[in-house]
Amino acid sequence: MSPQSENVTNPRLSPVGWLRWFWRQLTSMRTALLLLLLLAIAAIPGSLFPQRSSDPNGVTAYFANNKNLAPILDTFQLFDVYASAWFSAIYLLLFISLIGCVVPRVAYHWQALRSAPPRTPSNFARLPAHDSFVTTADTALVMEKARALLRRRGYRVAAYDTKARRTLSAERGYARETGNLVFHAALVGVLVTVGVGSGGGFTGQRVIYEGQAFANTLLAYDTFSPGRFFDASSLTPYTVRLDSFTTVYEEKNPNAIGQPTDYTADVTVQLKDQAPEKAVIKVNDPLRFGNTDIYLLGNGYAPQVTVRDPEGRIVFADTIPFLPQDKNLTSVGVVKLPDGLSEQLGLVGFFYPTVSKGHSGAFFSMYPDLVDPVLTFNVWKGDLGLNQGVPRSVYALDTSKMTKLTGQKTKLSSLELRPGETAQLPEGLGSVTFDGVKKFVSLDIHKDPAQGWVLFFALTSLGSLLFSLFIPRRRVWIAVSGSSVEVGALARNDDPTLDASVAELVAQLRTELGT
Amino acid sequence: MTDTYSQFSVLSLYSAMGLYAVAFILFTLDLSGLAPAKLRLARIGLSITWLGFALQVIATVLRGLAASRVPWANMYEFAMTGTLMIMLVFLIVNLKWDIRYLGAFITGFVLLALGISATRYYVEVVPLPPALQSYWLVIHVFVATLATGFFALGFALSLAQILQERRERATNEQQAARWAWLSRLPNSVNLENFAYRLIIVGFVLWTFTLIAGAVWAEKAWGRYWGWDVKEVWTFIIWTIFAGYLHARSTRGWRGSRSAVLAMIGFAAVVFNFTVVNIFFKGLHAYSGLS
Repeated sequence: MSPQSENVTNPRLSPVGWLRWFWRQLTSMRTALLLLLLLAIAAIPGSLFPQRSSDPNGVTAYFANNKNLAPILDTFQLFDVYASAWFSAIYLLLFISLIGCVVPRVAYHWQALRSAPPRTPSNFARLPAHDSFVTTADTALVMEKARALLRRRGYRVAAYDTKARRTLSAERGYARETGNLVFHAALVGVLVTVGVGSGGGFTGQRVIYEGQAFANTLLAYDTFSPGRFFDASSLTPYTVRLDSFTTVYEEKNPNAIGQPTDYTADVTVQLKDQAPEKAVIKVNDPLRFGNTDIYLLGNGYAPQVTVRDPEGRIVFADTIPFLPQDKNLTSVGVVKLPDGLSEQLGLVGFFYPTVSKGHSGAFFSMYPDLVDPVLTFNVWKGDLGLNQGVPRSVYALDTSKMTKLTGQKTKLSSLELRPGETAQLPEGLGSVTFDGVKKFVSLDIHKDPAQGWVLFFALTSLGSLLFSLFIPRRRVWIAVSGSSVEVGALARNDDPTLDASVAELVAQLRTELGT
Repeated sequence: MTDTYSQFSVLSLYSAMGLYAVAFILFTLDLSGLAPAKLRLARIGLSITWLGFALQVIATVLRGLAASRVPWANMYEFAMTGTLMIMLVFLIVNLKWDIRYLGAFITGFVLLALGISATRYYVEVVPLPPALQSYWLVIHVFVATLATGFFALGFALSLAQILQERRERATNEQQAARWAWLSRLPNSVNLENFAYRLIIVGFVLWTFTLIAGAVWAEKAWGRYWGWDVKEVWTFIIWTIFAGYLHARSTRGWRGSRSAVLAMIGFAAVVFNFTVVNIFFKGLHAYSGLS
């Protein structure tokens, strides 16, 4: 750069000047618009890729199917789009822009609300809408009628008289700007309360079968996700017991046989040191209890199984929730027998509520209700992998260090049991009894201390949006000099009915004046 | 009874489609200017559209009677009720402003949507799964389809506005007049005003849909917002139309650019209804297709 060109300066900005420039850019309408459109575009990937927040299994499957691509996508947080740095950056900038735009307008609007409508312009012909007529009526009468007319239409009216003419200046529709400001403020309210709610609450899941009770403590949950500021010791002490679970299946409509039409969980709930109460939880009808909301989100069958050693001593007796695999509730579950028998055993169970045999000889369930229930087991022998202290899923069996004793590819067929029946384990290891079957429900228990406020701000934004979009903000001036009456109007926002309103005003005024 | 009702519903719907097809041809001929004006084809087209609309109302009501619930619980029914709403908004707005020039677009669009859903997505009447058994189904889905009606008209008017603006520019620059049929439409400023006034109604309805959906989601799924694919797209659509409203008060964006946003917005609504329903995996899996 030559010394000369340095002397021909552009106005140099101080750091504060730059900040100001940046702030003006950020709070401009154009930036707000671009950020809005950017936000819309940035939200799209979250619908294309499975998200950890809403579909964790989908993410696992995606990683398994796209071994090379998935880690790359993950570096760009494409499985956590809505918590990602870039998505957050966009909406935080948008909200800063919004606040920076709205705050000065609040001050300006506050002034406008307290001051009289502005002076009457001298030339009405320049206004977007204007009209005039001649009247023989007395000027004072015209002014009086015009003022009354404007007042009735919600205008704030001020008089500005000169020697040549008497004028009225009127403005209406302040509520439009009020509504617009409240709308934007309410959106900030929504954002803040959503944040507060997710930080201060928790969500947890728990499976319980009929007759089983669950105590609302951290350890009792199958999964538990606390918000950043949630204190687990603040869990309200209560118990929920599932008394019975009833499902109604469609039986008449030939197009929908077996489709569930109703789920009802009858429960007994009890706050600590209080009397137990009966309650019902249904889909779409959660139970609000003990500062939490309890939702019925899943259900299935839980067979009761007893395992005995060769001497007949009970080594295992439990009710095990099986995971449903299809709409007729073919279900899969696992029984793990780490001790009590001469070998570690794993039983992989299939449960068919209404059993039927396919052409290949394989069982399947043909109806979701308990018409002809059958439980089958494949028996595995070996190391269950429980001794290393690594957490294992209760719904899956790690067979890498195990040998299959029954079922496909072995000499023995799977154990097959109807309720009440007992089968011998292979190699004289003992016996298994299928005592019966219970239903289980999967409950989601949530606490969101701010969701009422989120609703409040959302409804406030909806209400104020109506004001902001449908109340016309306009200024009207009426000038009377001698026998000539002029009416002019100016819209301050989108106002397609401005001309019509002037015409209506003139017509009404003429009728009242009889001219 | 269920079978009889649903059979008559289908019959009635196909008849409505036949009438819409005739109306579409008449509206198109009228727009093209090929037919002599004294035939008043747009007027006849409008009468036939009313008749088709009446039959579609019957078809929809019968479908609801057949199922003993509101007729909007799967893809086929969404399409039937959604297009009914588009028609309703078109016909009602037409009572106030003469927008028969949109007749060809509206009847064509509805015909296409009904044709595809009746042939590809027809499902027999089945009862509601427990997750849909809520009065929010009535409110949330109804308002969403009504909003769609307003956005559809906004789309058509914005498209006409963009074409009209080009034509006006060409005329101002003394180029050879193109697209003579546009001369029978209002000027671009008026088209823009009409579009705006309809879209703001759609935007308010859509805002309500979003909030009602969140309230229902809280009851049914235990959270008011979880970025389910349908929620994502509802949010995207809301943001696009919020962008449209801002664009109208941004210098350089009024006119064609904001009109493009209005069109993208409605395209996103259609995308949300079709592609997201059928191909995306999410909690809103109520297309009734397996």
